[in-house]
Amino acid sequence: MKAFVELYKEIDRTTKTNEKLEALVKYFKQASDSDSAWAVFFLTGRKLRRLVPTELMRQLTISLAGIAPWLFQECYDNVGDLGETMALLLPDKQSEMDLNLTEFVEQKLLVLRNFSDLATAQLLEATWLELDIDQKFIFNKLITGGFRVGVSQQMVTKALATVSNIDANVVAHRLMGHWEPTPQWYANLLALETEDAAVSTPYPFYLAYPLQDEPETLGDINEFQIEWKWDGIRAQIIKRDGQVFIWSRGEELISERFPEILTAASRLPNGSVIDGEILAWKEGDVLPFAMLQTRIGRKSVGKKLLADVPCIFMAFDIIEIGGVDIRQSTMKERRHHLLSVLTPGQCDEAPSCRDTLSEHLRVSAQLMAGSWEELATMRLDSRKLKVEGVMLKKHDSIYGVGRRRGDWWKWKINPLSMDAVLVYAQRGHGRRASLYTDYTFAVWQEGKLVPIAKAYSGLTDEEIRSVDDYVRKNTVEKFGPVRTVKPGLVFEIAFEGIQKSPRHKSGIAVRFPRIARLRLDKPIEEADTLVQLQGMLEVYGK
Amino acid sequence: MAEDLVRVSDRGLYCQHGDFYIDPWRPVNRALITHGHSDHARMGSTSYLCHIDAKGILRSRLGEDALLETIDYGTPVKIKDVYVSFHPAGHILGSSQIRIEYRGQICVVSGDYKTQADPTCPAIEPVRCHTFITESTFGLPIYRFPENHVIAAEVNEWWQANAAAGKVSLLYAYSLGKAQRLLASVDASIGPIYTHGAVEALNAVYRGCGVYLPETIYVSNDVKKEVLGKAGALVVAPPNTQDSLWSRKFGKSSDAFASGWMRVRGARRRRSLDRGFVMSDHADWPGLIATIAATGAERVLVTHGYTPPLVRYLSDLGIDAQALETAYTGEEEERKEQIAEHEHAADHEHGEEQ
Repeated sequence: MKAFVELYKEIDRTTKTNEKLEALVKYFKQASDSDSAWAVFFLTGRKLRRLVPTELMRQLTISLAGIAPWLFQECYDNVGDLGETMALLLPDKQSEMDLNLTEFVEQKLLVLRNFSDLATAQLLEATWLELDIDQKFIFNKLITGGFRVGVSQQMVTKALATVSNIDANVVAHRLMGHWEPTPQWYANLLALETEDAAVSTPYPFYLAYPLQDEPETLGDINEFQIEWKWDGIRAQIIKRDGQVFIWSRGEELISERFPEILTAASRLPNGSVIDGEILAWKEGDVLPFAMLQTRIGRKSVGKKLLADVPCIFMAFDIIEIGGVDIRQSTMKERRHHLLSVLTPGQCDEAPSCRDTLSEHLRVSAQLMAGSWEELATMRLDSRKLKVEGVMLKKHDSIYGVGRRRGDWWKWKINPLSMDAVLVYAQRGHGRRASLYTDYTFAVWQEGKLVPIAKAYSGLTDEEIRSVDDYVRKNTVEKFGPVRTVKPGLVFEIAFEGIQKSPRHKSGIAVRFPRIARLRLDKPIEEADTLVQLQGMLEVYGK
Repeated sequence: MAEDLVRVSDRGLYCQHGDFYIDPWRPVNRALITHGHSDHARMGSTSYLCHIDAKGILRSRLGEDALLETIDYGTPVKIKDVYVSFHPAGHILGSSQIRIEYRGQICVVSGDYKTQADPTCPAIEPVRCHTFITESTFGLPIYRFPENHVIAAEVNEWWQANAAAGKVSLLYAYSLGKAQRLLASVDASIGPIYTHGAVEALNAVYRGCGVYLPETIYVSNDVKKEVLGKAGALVVAPPNTQDSLWSRKFGKSSDAFASGWMRVRGARRRRSLDRGFVMSDHADWPGLIATIAATGAERVLVTHGYTPPLVRYLSDLGIDAQALETAYTGEEEERKEQIAEHEHAADHEHGEEQ
């Protein structure tokens, strides 16, 4: 436990990647297999099912700290993080605890599952009194499932690869999917034998890099496979040993949520892994992302929803065929394989007009453009076609790991934007816990401001401080953590899409809103109106 | 209830029966000064009264011409109709609580104070009184500060590790008080200690008052900054030099900030420093509560800091507590000092470039 907390502190202190990596390597070198397994579990963002109701922890802290509930709340408002607030308020350590990470997880965390409230309270109190402030913080975070640390899965993968001398791609592969953090699992993770990919294990997703320069800088357009960039859920379909698995990019097994795709995919030959995008699709046309969202949240899908929002898998790559990993073949070869699997008996460069195995398994069409200018013109239709732009993949590119610059590019359309007025502000979390960084923006409707979007990213630290200052000096009212702010600041808000939404007061929902810039030059009277946004809805929001 | 002995006017805390001000923020005839930080000791008043050990600090703040009188701790003087005495506040060298007595009514103005040990100044002595005027910079129970030796050990460990790795240890601390407290607390045998000009100037004042500080070397133009890492040096500098040209020239370094705000992770991370040491010259929550209790005051007036929660907490205990609006702005005191130092540092930097 001590070593793990030290690891956390070392990672938390620095922003330098190499120092983080060093700390990870140092930890894995000294830790037992069993401790390492748990460390990997937590570091890659996996969580124990919520063990204790937060309210119980809060009550207990209030009583142990001997303070009134209002004072606890006052502290929480200032700290911005519940686990930390509790750690700061609880009494100091009174005795030593000498448990390794595994023992700690087993004796202090997992046991809580079977405990009554009373027994839980007793164990929590006893444990808190054995921990210093940093250990308390980590303990609280592990209990509430809010443990986060500044390392990516890729960095953990790299550290494990360094410790074991195993190829990082193999480690990454083994880290995907479902696993239990046992010492045996950890030993297998770093085992030299690599022919082990479990039946359900997906491959790490290869991601495209955003194109920021002019496309001409990429060279000859004929070297690229061009497709629309679909706006859905990136996913992999796996068919092995007669079983089908659908994995989201968030590494969640989502097979049950898309039964129509699951059924369709059962027709795939064994030993196939297909990469693509799940889309809501009806009558030959993609539905807005908001519709797809109604499917994501449901573990089980009712008949009505299935009929209202049918989904398809838009395949664009194949990375395993006949049980063989073909990520090292070229895009061109893989495209050929993809067509041969999904449209058996035919092999056509433009298969969208042909039958695939199922109407729920489609193949992403290749766009034919002779020049970058021609493609630029086609790309202008993106909004109308409800796609996000185009994808550019080198014909000779392999299927890599993570986001790499060079082979795969996404050339997105420019976002929509509006000028809106800051009306509410809320404190941020983590690094920005004591600053007002979460904002709600509004546009004009008959002389009143109607909230239209929330956004919290896109400002520099300096701008955040100046907005924070404005919020503190211009607070009209406080509702819990939310401050109503006197209208006075205009922001340019960029967003990706616009849809009708009966749930919002404005009747409009925008997708991926973020702050493009602070418009100090604009008086609030010149912010956009709801009528203008309704106009946008007419054009883009069908 | 009798009228308060000290009230707030537009110039500062005013005692009518003695016709003087305490830490006035605008020029007055007679000013009594609790300590030398810039928001408590301002220029322009006709005469000043401060503790003997604060004289050097005030002289550097107020200029050669200021009329400065001094007084020792625990020595009452009569000013008009009131008896006044100064008592240790444990904040920085020469910091005082000012006790005022008029017809059996006692009011204590504490200025800024802390309860942790500090090798550079005598410990606070709580004074029994009817009315106590307290700061509240860290007036929330999340602020509990470790003892001085605990933090000193952390600093030593950090410095030692850096020295072993050939890195300079850049320690940011307010140049008046905190810097000297750190210097007097660290293990000077680890390596050589260098200081920024703003710190070194005040080191001289402290040494002049007989405070023991280890040997320090002023980082003048002649010092080769890039070799200090190999020497395992500790450099103590004001916080505003973080990310300045001045501190970037040290080459491989680890940086840290010593402040009570470092208790909270968000505050630590926002500064993007390698380390934050939880050391403050202001009272933490237990320090505030214990000191207020020890005064036995039935009325407590709360100034700069987390005023509302402390007032509410004391009211819940049955104490007649109220907020007092002053121009001491707690959180900002240190910020202001930074700005003042920043201007100083900027001049300094210019000097170097020419």
